[in-house]
Amino acid sequence: MDLWERLYIFEVIRGLSITGGVFFGNMWKWLTFRKGALTAYYPEELRSDYSPANRGRHVLTRRANGEAQCVTCNMCATVCPAYCIEIETRDINFDDPNHPKSPERFEIDYSRCIFCGFCVEACPEDAIRMSKEVPDFPGFDRDIMWAKMDLLLNWKPMCDPAKVYPEAAQAIEEVHP
Amino acid sequence: MIQDMVVYLVFMGYAIGFMLGIATLFTWVERKQSAIMADRIGANRAYIRIPFTNIKLVWMGLFHGIADGAKMLLKENFTPTTYDLFCYNLAPWLCLSPVLVLFCVIPFGGTLIPGELFSAGSSFPFAQQIREYYGARSYIMQIANLDAGVLVILSISGIGILGTMLAGWASNNKFSMLGAARAASQMISYEVSMGLALISMVLTFGTLDLNEMVRWQSGALFGVLPAWGIFAQPLAFLLFLTSAIAENKRVPFDLPECESELVAGYFTEYSAMKMGIFMLSEFIEVVIVSALVVTIFLGGYNLPYLTDTGFILPGGMTQPLSHLTVVLLQVITFMVKVVLTGSFMIQTRWSLPRFRYDQLMGFGWKFLLPLAAFNLVITACVRWFILVKG
Repeated sequence: MDLWERLYIFEVIRGLSITGGVFFGNMWKWLTFRKGALTAYYPEELRSDYSPANRGRHVLTRRANGEAQCVTCNMCATVCPAYCIEIETRDINFDDPNHPKSPERFEIDYSRCIFCGFCVEACPEDAIRMSKEVPDFPGFDRDIMWAKMDLLLNWKPMCDPAKVYPEAAQAIEEVHP
Repeated sequence: MIQDMVVYLVFMGYAIGFMLGIATLFTWVERKQSAIMADRIGANRAYIRIPFTNIKLVWMGLFHGIADGAKMLLKENFTPTTYDLFCYNLAPWLCLSPVLVLFCVIPFGGTLIPGELFSAGSSFPFAQQIREYYGARSYIMQIANLDAGVLVILSISGIGILGTMLAGWASNNKFSMLGAARAASQMISYEVSMGLALISMVLTFGTLDLNEMVRWQSGALFGVLPAWGIFAQPLAFLLFLTSAIAENKRVPFDLPECESELVAGYFTEYSAMKMGIFMLSEFIEVVIVSALVVTIFLGGYNLPYLTDTGFILPGGMTQPLSHLTVVLLQVITFMVKVVLTGSFMIQTRWSLPRFRYDQLMGFGWKFLLPLAAFNLVITACVRWFILVKG
């Protein structure tokens, strides 16, 4: 250390002006109703900068009549390395020869899911996809980490290049506060 | 007689509320300030839910202080089996009480004349009764108006180290004892330069009475500059501030309790509210030290150009104010100055790295002490020169 550094006071002032500069800069942002922090209020606030290819929460696509696209072939549940998908078939509907089977229950245990995306790849019907948003399951017990049908089916895209989507007209983008 | 007692009881209530309130506030300021200067948000999870509704009051995390207090009161009061019972239980109180006593000599406002707080025709409830009851009595806003205030401060703040040492020795733990030994040697080294810096201030002001010191600072240097101690003695201000931060054992002088080496230092073996008392006394010490710095160096309760009758600007402009306004302004000025000084200390605490132990000793004895002695000699020479000349 040279004399300047050993006098200590000048280096202290330099350090204090660095931290003080950051402090007053961020404080000014807070005082003018902007966010002066890099961190997010989790879980109230979700990051908006996830990659479009992010493997996040699962969604179930739907047929033109609003039913789930899933034909309960169980391929996703079979390929799942974490054994976290449970599917139960409803009574077979022979009036619809293309899709006689549809799920009564389709549940994913997010306490076990590893987000590998194998279920999406295994699906022959393009019935299960992964949205870029992460699942929002902070809570106090494990039951809340089960994604049920009503959550998985609430995906309403503005448009779907793969097929005609039932509620595209009044569709809303998934918005997080 | 009764009138005096009422006024002093009010002063004491104000002092206790001031210390505990601002100390609690500082726990919040410390969290938030460190968060903001590190691009974070800071503690914001504690809330109070209004009963029977789903409205949660967060108030920027202000309730974390209450949550901490409740937690400390409700936790298990664990005590190790091998400890000195009497000293172990005495130590936290020995740490807290001198710190609380210190505030009694600090003037937190100018002269209070209760009879003149309200004008003759005031419609404020009991205004006329107060006027008649107090007449022309005047009180200096200070709990104990001692003419040896500086000596009282030096002697009582020296007692605080006994609690720290006792805590370290009595809890029968190697980490605690190391912390206590470090605290003791650190206190001794820095109290010397703190005392020398204070003596040079005493020489400058020509009095030991803190209230007189503040009154001295209400004047002006060179016509415009307020005659605060920091302008009269900048070097003594730096020395005093450094030693004061070392005295209340905060970073960069937190070797007695440095977490990375000594678990929690001298209060490793304390839990629940006993540990809480150590924490509280540390934060009250920040308040007290800030109050001292404000009183001696930053003009105490003085706003620049504010006198007992109103503002008198250097250009000759005057703005008369009522006694009530002046008293309120002085009290608020003191409070704001204390909070600002305290948050400067918090800024220091989160900016600077900790000293190594030998560096700490070297800095104290080889750097601060000669500087303080040098400053004292210069001050004495200048003072003598002025006395002889004038």
